[in-house]
Amino acid sequence: MTRRAVVNALLVLAVVALFAVPLLVDGGASEYGGTDAAVTEQLEAEGYTPWFESVFSPTGDVESGLFALQAALGGGVLGYVLGRLRGRRTATGPGAPGTEPR
Amino acid sequence: MHIAEGFLPAGHAVGWTIAAAPFVVHGARAVAKEVRENPESTLLLGAAGAFTFVLSAIKLPSVTGSSSHPTGTGPGAILFRPPVMALLGTVVLLFQALLLAHGGLTTLGANAFAFAVVGPWVGYGAYRLTRAAGAGLLPAVFAGVALADLATYVTTSVQLALAFPDASTGVAGGLVKFLGVFAVTQIPLAIGEGILGVLLFRVLTVNARPELERLGVLPPAPLAPTGGAA
Repeated sequence: MTRRAVVNALLVLAVVALFAVPLLVDGGASEYGGTDAAVTEQLEAEGYTPWFESVFSPTGDVESGLFALQAALGGGVLGYVLGRLRGRRTATGPGAPGTEPR
Repeated sequence: MHIAEGFLPAGHAVGWTIAAAPFVVHGARAVAKEVRENPESTLLLGAAGAFTFVLSAIKLPSVTGSSSHPTGTGPGAILFRPPVMALLGTVVLLFQALLLAHGGLTTLGANAFAFAVVGPWVGYGAYRLTRAAGAGLLPAVFAGVALADLATYVTTSVQLALAFPDASTGVAGGLVKFLGVFAVTQIPLAIGEGILGVLLFRVLTVNARPELERLGVLPPAPLAPTGGAA
């Protein structure tokens, strides 16, 4: 592995650790409710009634699926672009401008 | 950063919509101009949009025992300047408001102002200031991406405090209350997002050097191999 790849792998590990360690330390004591929902609950508890409803409200599992769809679309496009950029570089070869693609 | 549907009083909802609209329209023109004048940017523009699409779909746990969303608006703001993200960010919010019941149409203006306007501008400003102070590309990317995330949630807290001031301590008291919900939870997320931004730019500096040079993110390399006529 090149030094570059090692650093990249360590950065990925750092991100995973940043979110995994609190989960492990916590040991299931917290429910990890969303902050957005926390605010809505707080406001409703103080007596606020929302004056408009969502035009379409998916139920729990459908909602999870749609969130996964959103992430998949983004991840797919991101992977496609990075793959194309990498392919373009390796096809021309480093420091070899105008080299015919293999 | 998603203020739920119907949770801003009508006056606030209208006000934030009016405030955000010019930025989004200007952003749409900026995207059209970029694609027209630099068609080779389309790929990277797609990557910038995709980054915010992925990150804002993911709910991450934080040290506070709550979870929250990253924003992913920083890299696009750094690459293409903030106006572009005003449009791309609003498209993400619209997707979530219509299909996921996350955020809403009445709160779209306020959410767009926080997520697609203030976040990208603060992130871009932090990036430029860090560069101007002499730091390299990657530390500046970290600062820009992390602060774009954090600034979005601070803005949401301000918006909520203005709409729901504390009964005794007013807007300032409301702000403390809402920042208490959002800000601390968001700090580890902002750091994680900053690291992901650094990773993205590490990959781009190797594979998209001609684009980064043209966008002014990297200085033109001396004795650079030509970027290719294509």
